[in-house]
Amino acid sequence: MLDDLIRYLSSPANQAKVVQLLGTHLVLALLPLLMGLVVAIPLGWLAQRVRWLRAAVLGSATVVYTVPALALFVVMPSVLGTRILDAANVVVALALYTVALLLRPVVDALDAVASSVMSAATAMGYHPLRRFLAVELPMSIPLLAGGVRVASASNISLASVGALIGTGGLGQLFTEGFQSHYLAPIVVGMVLIGLLALAVDVLLVGLRRLATPWVAS
Amino acid sequence: MSFAQVLAWLADPAHWRGASGVPVRVAQHLCYTALAVGIASLIALPAGLLVGHTARGGIVLVGLANAMRALPTLGLLAFVFLVADSQVVSALAALVVLAVPPMLAGSYVGVCSVPPETRDAARGMGMTSMQQLWQVELPGAMPLLLGGVRSAVLQVVATTTVAAYVGLGGLGRLVLDGLNSADYPQMVAGALLTAVLAVALDVLLAGLAGLVLPAGVRLAARAPREIGG
Repeated sequence: MLDDLIRYLSSPANQAKVVQLLGTHLVLALLPLLMGLVVAIPLGWLAQRVRWLRAAVLGSATVVYTVPALALFVVMPSVLGTRILDAANVVVALALYTVALLLRPVVDALDAVASSVMSAATAMGYHPLRRFLAVELPMSIPLLAGGVRVASASNISLASVGALIGTGGLGQLFTEGFQSHYLAPIVVGMVLIGLLALAVDVLLVGLRRLATPWVAS
Repeated sequence: MSFAQVLAWLADPAHWRGASGVPVRVAQHLCYTALAVGIASLIALPAGLLVGHTARGGIVLVGLANAMRALPTLGLLAFVFLVADSQVVSALAALVVLAVPPMLAGSYVGVCSVPPETRDAARGMGMTSMQQLWQVELPGAMPLLLGGVRSAVLQVVATTTVAAYVGLGGLGRLVLDGLNSADYPQMVAGALLTAVLAVALDVLLAGLAGLVLPAGVRLAARAPREIGG
């Protein structure tokens, strides 16, 4: 087993391929994370303010997450007008999952901002938009960061399913290993996905600490 | 390709008959789901309850659950298939690994959510450790535990589509066969049926959870929500 792994990894062609797949995987998983965050924050803000929107938005978020990843990937072309094997399908589908995962944390985090803090900001003359950007959003980072970590782990794992529709990424090591009955690429893929998830998680925790210097630990 | 083609595929009675018809695929899908969730619950629920009850090893348990969550299902499926050389074992192993973390977390956090004064009262009444677990902590943990079971079922139903990748049945067959033969309506029909099945099961389980919940816990669970608005 170990010999197999060493032989697989010592081939320059394999090394180049693994690095390239790792790069693709990173884009496939993290671009949707950013897109999802950009959509989920304003949507969560609206949902937190408008009572009837809240139930509707949080309810549909749950439904979105029930749709299987593979199913969402293959339905995307008919919605977006893309080709079936386009990487954009995976990116948009994962962005949808990210929004679904982040909406609840965004709403919960905004709910948790103390009303005395909001009153103080209003009394100091902050209009609603500035109050949101300068007070509510920074205050909600600790809770929000938890949601972002879950979404990043979920995206990094789900992006590997994209290999079934041929969009590259580390999942391709699984499909190749499966087709050629070769364990080494599968193990390499699993280890790299685990390490990638861990590295991004550590990075996110670091960013969270930088962004919230007032929080202890 | 339009949505009308998908509807036409679904409306075609030929697709609903025989050994590869939709009802058989749905039955296979449910069968794998039930097996995987059943096996996972035998592992996860006792472990979560026990760790919550003894209040020891919580950090290890949460870390283990998160590590299992990070395992990519497709990779695990391919790995176990090559090692064990069995379609059923590989599909079940991948799905069990998927189902364990939410149930482990649900049962553990559920026991932890029982207020300490309730535990103290149970102890003060002279309950043994096991009586505390069965009569106080388990009922108290029910809302979160059942939530964990629900999200496990949801994830497994959605992911059972990958069982088709190692040659098993289920609704994933429609998706993968459609993909391989460029039969796009069939592929989308399979995807749609899976999503509908997932939502239907979730609604069913939400209803069942309401029935299973002990009356006292139901009252306690409702009270703070009403105060909180």
